Amino acid sequence: MATSRETICALATGPLPSAISVLRVSGLSVRDIAERILLKGLPKPRHATLDTLCNLSGEIIDSGLIVFMPGPASYTGEDTLELSLHGGRMVVELALQTLIQAGARLAEPGEFTRRAFEAGKLDLTRAEAIADLIDAESEAQHAQALKQMDGALSDLYGGWREILTECLALLESSIDFPDEEDAPTRVDTPVLERLSKLIKALEAALQAGNVTERIREGFKIAIMGSPNAGKSTLFNQLAGRDAAIVTEVPGTTRDILEVRLVIGGYLVWLLDTAGLRETSDIVEGEGVRRALRAGQNADFRVWLYDSSLGFDGDAHILPDDIIAANKTDIVKDVNVSRETFHISASTGVGIEALVRAIEQRLSALGKNAPSPVITRARHRQGIQDGLAILIEARSMLDSGSGAELVSEEVRRASRKLGSLTGHVDAESVLGSVFSNFCIGK
Amino acid sequence: MTQNSHFDVIVIGGGHAGCEAASAAARTGASTALLTHKTATIGEMSCNPAIGGLGKGHLVREIDALDGLMARVADRSGIQFRMLNRSKGPAVWGPRAQIDRALYRNAMQEEILNHDNLTIIEDSADDIVEAAGRVAGVVCGSGQTYSAEAVVLTTGTFLNGLIHRGKERIQAGRAGEAPSIALADRLYAMNLPIGRLKTGTPARLDGRTIAWDKLEQQPADETPIPFSYMTTAIEVPQIACGITFTNPAVHGEIALNLQRSAVYSGAIAGKGPRYCPSIEDKVHRFADKDRHQIFLEPEGLEDHTVYPNGISTSLPKDVQDAFIRKIGGLENAKILQYGYAIEYDYVDPRALDHHLEVKLLPGLYLAGQINGTTGYEEAGAQGLMAGLNAARRVCGLTGITFDRAEAYIGVLIDDLVTRGVTEPYRMFTSRAEYRLSLRSDNADQRLTEKGIALGLVGPERAKLFHVKQQALTAGRNLLKSLSLTPNAAAKRGWSVNQDGQRRSAWAYLAYPKIEFEDLDGVFPALSDLSSETRSQLAIEAIYAGYIERQSADIESLRRDEALLIPDGLDYAAIGGLSNEVRMKLETIRPRTLGQASRIEGVTPGALTALLAHVRRRGDKQRTA
Repeated sequence: MATSRETICALATGPLPSAISVLRVSGLSVRDIAERILLKGLPKPRHATLDTLCNLSGEIIDSGLIVFMPGPASYTGEDTLELSLHGGRMVVELALQTLIQAGARLAEPGEFTRRAFEAGKLDLTRAEAIADLIDAESEAQHAQALKQMDGALSDLYGGWREILTECLALLESSIDFPDEEDAPTRVDTPVLERLSKLIKALEAALQAGNVTERIREGFKIAIMGSPNAGKSTLFNQLAGRDAAIVTEVPGTTRDILEVRLVIGGYLVWLLDTAGLRETSDIVEGEGVRRALRAGQNADFRVWLYDSSLGFDGDAHILPDDIIAANKTDIVKDVNVSRETFHISASTGVGIEALVRAIEQRLSALGKNAPSPVITRARHRQGIQDGLAILIEARSMLDSGSGAELVSEEVRRASRKLGSLTGHVDAESVLGSVFSNFCIGK
Repeated sequence: MTQNSHFDVIVIGGGHAGCEAASAAARTGASTALLTHKTATIGEMSCNPAIGGLGKGHLVREIDALDGLMARVADRSGIQFRMLNRSKGPAVWGPRAQIDRALYRNAMQEEILNHDNLTIIEDSADDIVEAAGRVAGVVCGSGQTYSAEAVVLTTGTFLNGLIHRGKERIQAGRAGEAPSIALADRLYAMNLPIGRLKTGTPARLDGRTIAWDKLEQQPADETPIPFSYMTTAIEVPQIACGITFTNPAVHGEIALNLQRSAVYSGAIAGKGPRYCPSIEDKVHRFADKDRHQIFLEPEGLEDHTVYPNGISTSLPKDVQDAFIRKIGGLENAKILQYGYAIEYDYVDPRALDHHLEVKLLPGLYLAGQINGTTGYEEAGAQGLMAGLNAARRVCGLTGITFDRAEAYIGVLIDDLVTRGVTEPYRMFTSRAEYRLSLRSDNADQRLTEKGIALGLVGPERAKLFHVKQQALTAGRNLLKSLSLTPNAAAKRGWSVNQDGQRRSAWAYLAYPKIEFEDLDGVFPALSDLSSETRSQLAIEAIYAGYIERQSADIESLRRDEALLIPDGLDYAAIGGLSNEVRMKLETIRPRTLGQASRIEGVTPGALTALLAHVRRRGDKQRTA
């Protein structure tokens, strides 16, 4: 059948060899394939069945646990077969070959989840959460992905759209039922109240979203300081490997170096920056500019100075930043107003206390995110766009624009927020009108 | 042996859908017959005597822009014209009028009885003749058979109609009219999907027994604005309606007898409209309200009957007597006819295509209440399109529909055939996504040109239209050619951005605080424009910016509408569609991806799958 949806197969588990490996098959010809490659044929639905897998010539490949999940009650919504086999390279290769000969093809990346989305099993944010769960490296990422998969974002965004539907119900009832005593004719105040509430919620979400987005994408910590303070040595010490070139010549790090780490259960991007000083070297000057910009974009900074030279970075320091005096194995000098960690980047003395301080900062930042609000740039963009439209709608209401124009903006905002998960339509607005007001001239 | 007669198009039913259908078919040149069991009831207003309102008024203007009858007839019979929503923007102004029923009926009959290409046959329709899988004619109660290429069925609520009032049950179409059982049986035999709806009507009162002097009055507009673009002035005398309210004593009486209402005793299966609940519904569901508003609408200048709008009921007669007399001003009111609820069957309009043709039987068109709608305006709009398409079928021309960005008529028909109905369908402006473009003031600009091309519009209107268009174009060009610096604008007290950019008079007109009169002082040439042109252009200028922004949405709508879904697509072959979605798609068989997206319950995911499938199929066919 030229038009039929192809059956797909793939190895669902990690690198081989391994103790076991799971192959997944989904699509219209799953039943047929099972009959042809399993000694006992199609297993009883939703029962783990021990069976032997053969190629199309009847030669044994392996035996393992087979589970058949008939659609639509499966992950993809289609008939699905899962084969738990031994994790040998040859076993998996022969098994996949057989599946392909029996009529399946190799799945493209993400194709199983895409089919689940198309079958209406997940909305977009839930589909994204599954990808996040698979990619999670830190505890915080894992916990956040679980919440998102459970519908935290769907519920949050859905709640916002409900408020907009209420606003539309008010505006539309004033337009479509002008003769009704019960339908409000002046809706500015209740709409204004709701819009203001929602604007606050979106602004708060963008704020809090910084954290949830960072939990998924990693917090940024920049190591800053004067040239030759030992920033790259500290960077390497923290990274545990030689990611940065460490030399004695001041001004070696001219660009930004990054390394991914998990610190205290959070994913972190540690940035090594160029030393800050006045310079006539054009290349180094650019490095300094980039360092300052990276510092601004970081969640917090670790300021490092050479204890023999003293600290002169007060101008840039922010409340969340950490200050550390380096080379305390060489000189002991302490004259900074704030708490300072004394370390030796080269010997590693004092590093543990510094890492604990970094952990405390991270957990203080992470605590502000009890539930995910924004985990991707896509969400942030949608919310920012929606917010801009709502602010416009509010100012139109303030300046006395007609309900039909305000309603246009609210609809636009609703569509923007709706694009994050689903959509709003005329019928849901009318439904809200009729349940809230007694219409009936 | 009876003598056979032949027509291109036969319209069954002389209500509001039937009249527009017959006239539209006849206007395009088709030889047309209107089959009605009683000529004297052509154009009868069977429910409340009013035309127009929000969304509905827009439909009337669109019917008029296509040279239909309703607007002109209403202009000759309206006794209280009011432009609703005048305090809001012109996009949502809704022309509405209280109608003198007798004047309306007479004016409509005058139009219909003197119509070119139109024959009136007074007989009942008993059967539809089918030949070779398509419509071939109509058999009448008298035994006479008429052959026709196309038949438009506009028989309202005649299918299995059942009137409820307390414990009373009366088999009926409307009160006092016999249902046509033979034709109904024929329709049921066609296995069309059938649903059941309900609606209600209030008691009619004798206006001479109402204490008008105790009641608040709602006058007509000082200068009535006609429905029709052809009408220059309203000549019918204008009257006021009365306003009164229910009160706790009324509510007590109703609550006490709630179980005697046909609705609350569980006798009614059909679903009623949420926007028009019975008074017992209002009392029960909105128990916290201590009063509900009632409009007392006279049914005519010479008619003493008054329609108390807002208290439709299926309570028994004695309860109606009791609660109505507890209403202020109605203490001594005499009831001329008691209110009732009526249940009826309708044909699920998803069985129709966008031309209102029955998918299973080519040549048969359905329009009006039989499709689950309510209201004269909704009926008239469908009638016009069904009549037009029936006539075009006869000539072998393709069917016509308007899209959702062109007309409320397009919104109406697309909603019906795509989403079906769950309650009697009524138009609201909030159903139209492109409401700012689909205004009641510009229906002619949107549709008359198309109507001329379709042969629907007569020479008189066409001429008037062209004159008006020329004046508007000239005015628009003039406004765009005149300009002023922001500096000079500021000197006149206009607050505009001081960016040094010269702006046109057209741009200044878009500012909410700048009126046409303000422009006159700067640009004396503008005073040559007629007041009609000026007010039309002022409205256009307000919305120009918004409409421009919407044009991107409209483009994306039209792109989705251009993505055709092949006829006979095998939805089972699209894996991953849930059973529910697949069944919906199989029943409705959307024509385009755009239509599929508007089907209830079709998720964005399902659309992606459908789109991918159609594209893949297209690719394969191209490479094959």
